[in-house]
Amino acid sequence: MLELKDVHTYYGNIHALKGISLTVGDGEIVTLIGSNGAGKSTTLRTIQGLNKPKSGSVVFNGTELHKLPAHEISALGVAQSPEGRMIFPRMTVMENLEMGAYVRKDLTSLKDDLDHVFTLFPRLKERIGQKGGTLSGGEQQMLAMGRALMAKPKILLLDEPSMGLAPLLVELIFEIIKKLNEEGTTILLVEQNALMALSIADRGYVLQTGEVVLADQADKLMKNDMVQKTYLGVE
Amino acid sequence: METTRKKFNLRRFAIATLVLYIVFLIGPIVGLDVPAVYASIKSNPLQLVQFLIIGISNGAIIAIIALGYTMVYGIIELINFAHGDVYMIGVFTSLTVLSLTGTLESKDPAKIVFGLILALIVAIVFCAVLNATIERLAYRRLRNAPRLAPLISAIGMSFIIENIGLMWAAQAWLVPSFGTTGGASQKSFPDMLGILFTSLGWDVNLLASTGIALRLTIKDVMVIVLAVVLMVGLYLFVQRTRLGKAMRATAQNRDAAKMLGIDIDWVITATFLIGGGLAGAAGLMAGLYNNTAWWFMGFRAGLQSFTAAVLGGIGNIAGGMLGGFLIGLLASFSDGYLNARWTNALVFATLVLILLFRPTGLLGEQTGQKA
Repeated sequence: MLELKDVHTYYGNIHALKGISLTVGDGEIVTLIGSNGAGKSTTLRTIQGLNKPKSGSVVFNGTELHKLPAHEISALGVAQSPEGRMIFPRMTVMENLEMGAYVRKDLTSLKDDLDHVFTLFPRLKERIGQKGGTLSGGEQQMLAMGRALMAKPKILLLDEPSMGLAPLLVELIFEIIKKLNEEGTTILLVEQNALMALSIADRGYVLQTGEVVLADQADKLMKNDMVQKTYLGVE
Repeated sequence: METTRKKFNLRRFAIATLVLYIVFLIGPIVGLDVPAVYASIKSNPLQLVQFLIIGISNGAIIAIIALGYTMVYGIIELINFAHGDVYMIGVFTSLTVLSLTGTLESKDPAKIVFGLILALIVAIVFCAVLNATIERLAYRRLRNAPRLAPLISAIGMSFIIENIGLMWAAQAWLVPSFGTTGGASQKSFPDMLGILFTSLGWDVNLLASTGIALRLTIKDVMVIVLAVVLMVGLYLFVQRTRLGKAMRATAQNRDAAKMLGIDIDWVITATFLIGGGLAGAAGLMAGLYNNTAWWFMGFRAGLQSFTAAVLGGIGNIAGGMLGGFLIGLLASFSDGYLNARWTNALVFATLVLILLFRPTGLLGEQTGQKA
């Protein structure tokens, strides 16, 4: 469904991605784990077109994403809940969700999708008229995910959905990710919480300083020595 | 923490005192004589209302121009210094349309109304396209450059447009000279609304029959009504429409907007189109109201409108409107009770004081984004 081949991305002179190759199959949950600065978020930004790769290719269902401007990529069914949530602070929850559906042409099912988001995140319904910037961190995370879902994506890119959240909330978010996947959404999940990520993922990639150092089934990665030592904290 | 804060406030207070001291030191020389102003208000309180009317009318024009500054700043954080000059081009565009259609010499009410509406439309379209062209040529490539680069580019555009205005004003077939020579002189912008009303046999002063010693002319009413219509229209556009929401989203988080499929380039172009269109409308309004057209008029209007935008809270549309009216009133009272030469200095002093005490402006409260 999504295939990255030897992708190199730069921030000015900084070589952030040094030849990333990965695939995400239809209906899978694939996770990227790695420490700070490993290039996880940059990979998602490159897929979304926010950063353009200097070389390599990003192909989604046969379309070469790296040749398209960012705003055309989301129309193909790629949506993201970004790092830092990036909700619109001076727009209401409702307006934020409406913006999520910006690229959609079929506005008939919009009401159903809104209801779907509200079933997943009942908290958002309570806050519907509130400005995004006044929400708590957890609520903002829900809003960022809900906004991405409003685009009815074929693939959902999730960047650190657990960051800064209370453990109970983290579990809730991961349950929702599983549920979304069961409903047919393909998911590419970036996480620092490697244990949680690997426990729900089908496959995983380990990134280190812009390179893929390991790629395997999630359950095998969990048993891998290096992963256990570095990311799961097993001595 | 507490002490550094206090110190900081003390310093700002000291600077503000200095500004006020200078104002009151130089003030009397140029006519700021408080007892005299008080006596003048006491002896003729109606005059106060008169200045209020003038202030609101001028403020309406300033507010419409300020919207262009504030919208552009809101979306790309650039002070478009050429904006005041786009407004000046709006004045000349409408004067040229009125001249070429023969409206200036006409005494036929229907023809005058038609000419004015045509001038309004042409001025709006022309200035909208001009403003968007400026963005395309001078700002777009510098969007990711250091902040200073587009700012200098904006000042350069301002000079270029002023010179275009200078050349335009020199063309007698476009701008009727009424005896003046050259492009540098102030050109007269005929009082078409007055001519219209006289030709219909009505009094220009709407309060003439009431016997109140006040002038509320058709010009005041036209400016205020048109400004309110434009403001309400803009407000509804930004709040309700798809493009309006995309503009707000882009202003609040450009990356997120891109991610959701918003074409940033188009949204920015649309912002410049709307800002320029408003400046064009303000051009016709100001021409009809103040009855002059001058290549350098964009400078003063730009200064006042920019201050209005900062006063209201730069980036905030409602703030731009409020700031416009407040600066209009300040300018009107300064013109009336002090000295017209003193007005620009007062406006500048206001700018300094706002930046010192409330840099976010009156309505520019930030809804902080929590972690």
